Amino acid sequence: MTRPILEIKGLTTTLANSKATVLEDVSFSLQPGEVLGVVGESGSGKSMLALSVMGLLPKVIRRTAGYIILNGEDLTGSPPEHWREKRGRDLAMIFQEPMTALNPVMRVGDQVAEVLRRRGVPAEKARQETINLFMQVEIPSPEQRVRAYPHELSGGMRQRVMIAIALAADPKVLIADEPTTALDVTVQAQILDLLRKLQRERGLSLLFITHDLGVIAEIADRVLVLYAGRVAELASVRKIFDSPQHPYTRALLASIPQTKGPRGRLVTIEGAVPSVGTMPKGCRYAPRCTFRRDICEQEPPRLGIVGPSQAAACLQPFGFEQPQEEALA
Amino acid sequence: MTSETVIEARGLTKVFGGRSGIFKGHSAGTRAVDGVDLAVRLGETLGLVGESGCGKSTTGRLLLRLIEPTTGSVFFNGRDLTELSKAELRRSRREMQIIFQDPYGSLNPRMTVGDAIAEAYVIHGIGDYATRQRSVREMLDLVRLPHSAAARYPHEFSGGQRQRIGIARALALRPGFVVCDEAVSALDVSVQAQIINLLQDLQRELNLTYLFISHNLSVVRHISDRVAVMYLGRIVEIAKADALFANPAHPYTRALLSAIPRSHPDELRHRHQLSGDLPSALAIPQGCRFVSRCPFSQERCRTIDPPLGSLSDHRLVACHRAADGTLPVFELNA
Repeated sequence: MTRPILEIKGLTTTLANSKATVLEDVSFSLQPGEVLGVVGESGSGKSMLALSVMGLLPKVIRRTAGYIILNGEDLTGSPPEHWREKRGRDLAMIFQEPMTALNPVMRVGDQVAEVLRRRGVPAEKARQETINLFMQVEIPSPEQRVRAYPHELSGGMRQRVMIAIALAADPKVLIADEPTTALDVTVQAQILDLLRKLQRERGLSLLFITHDLGVIAEIADRVLVLYAGRVAELASVRKIFDSPQHPYTRALLASIPQTKGPRGRLVTIEGAVPSVGTMPKGCRYAPRCTFRRDICEQEPPRLGIVGPSQAAACLQPFGFEQPQEEALA
Repeated sequence: MTSETVIEARGLTKVFGGRSGIFKGHSAGTRAVDGVDLAVRLGETLGLVGESGCGKSTTGRLLLRLIEPTTGSVFFNGRDLTELSKAELRRSRREMQIIFQDPYGSLNPRMTVGDAIAEAYVIHGIGDYATRQRSVREMLDLVRLPHSAAARYPHEFSGGQRQRIGIARALALRPGFVVCDEAVSALDVSVQAQIINLLQDLQRELNLTYLFISHNLSVVRHISDRVAVMYLGRIVEIAKADALFANPAHPYTRALLSAIPRSHPDELRHRHQLSGDLPSALAIPQGCRFVSRCPFSQERCRTIDPPLGSLSDHRLVACHRAADGTLPVFELNA
């Protein structure tokens, strides 16, 4: 295995006033050129994870433990200015709703050029490069579109502009937080194809956050399943779909209606995701788990290797007597 | 399933914001719904799908006469709703209801859940206090919430529970026909499954007829008997759910279905990519409204608006080439 481009170790975030944990002991690594899908329901902490890596946590939430290592360098140990510089260069992020991230009174081309200028690209070259980036994100008639304002573009085109802005920084790691959730299904398909293409061409490492397992199947190489702020399962995308080992992953897959095959009654997960501050003491999924035993309620299970390229945080993963104690980095 | 029609729309059209007059100039307005013919049969779930702005929610509201149509009529149990008096309309409202996407938006935050459910009885002057309380408890049983919920406020509940409250409120007057407008779209998948199962159970228990409006195609396939596909204010295809998903006839339906994310990473998918953006409802193309994005378009498609016609398997399709069988065979899994 090559050295990961991004490593998260034991990341824990806490509400500043109540000391309740939001993310707890989250560890994973992102390999160069890999797409790691992060999937979870609301309250899983997936967006919190993105903000933590970007160093953009709101004031009321603190990182209380853990390391974020980008390309061998620990960002948590560096001063905020340094992190900010990384954000402009090695780390970029795209969001669910591009309209709120774009400047409404600035031409979209200028917003791309701004990023290029900050990298020291001269004005004339930045203009050329902006058109070039618009072509890469497949915006038709780029020479005209650079002069448009965000409100003049469709939702799909705005997301393409956001991607162009992100690429302008020439990042090593791109974090995409539900980038297709607000889009119609035909536009979503176009944006996913585009992200896949750009990721391959540029060798980008992509951390792709979504609630939609279908989108995960489309784009991810490996998958991190988050539940109530903890990692439930980490495995290759095929393992997740073919042989999920965590009861939560399995139930989540079974609860999705399918577009073919028989239409049986849907599997449900009773109850709701626990909210911050009311987390169960042991396994956070235990109260909803149909395989729960007394031992599950004592302490949170560690993420243990349960097979080749698969790890689950469960005392009784499917098909295994006991996970190996070794935690997966 | 009988084929008795509960509610039927004929030539339903809604134009927003159009104006004309001597001093106002002329503007055509947005044709949100543009000539919809649709019949919902007793006891069935008719799915209504389409992308944002296609007019599916407006159609749902027009059917309930929550908004007035510009032209066209709606027949509910054989009577023309657009010709009913206020009193008659109010009486018919007991028999038709709507469940919204976000029940939080439609629940008064300062009203207890019990009062919110009982509100319908008060408005329609049904029962005294004691019978209303008993009815509220029955409704809570129906949506599988504890009786203690009646004394609590909406903010004390999770999203899934709030949707159960929304359903209890909609069903309080025991309607026969219910429009579910993106009723599970705001919910997480595990909770979404609970609500879908509940809606299906209630349909059986109460013999309900649903118009299920959603942008989520997998959910629509799961819950619907038949599915109608809408594009730019018009129904372009109606077929049995399994037939529609296995073998979509209209080029738009094909593109829509092929854009659904695959259910397994190894599934091969042949994308029927659409060119261009959705045209504005202010400027609907001449001829077939899908012509500007259709990969199979011919000369006649630019001039003649195709009617919603019946194919050999009883599905309805608004496409010249589907009608005469000259479309290429559809293959989703290339």
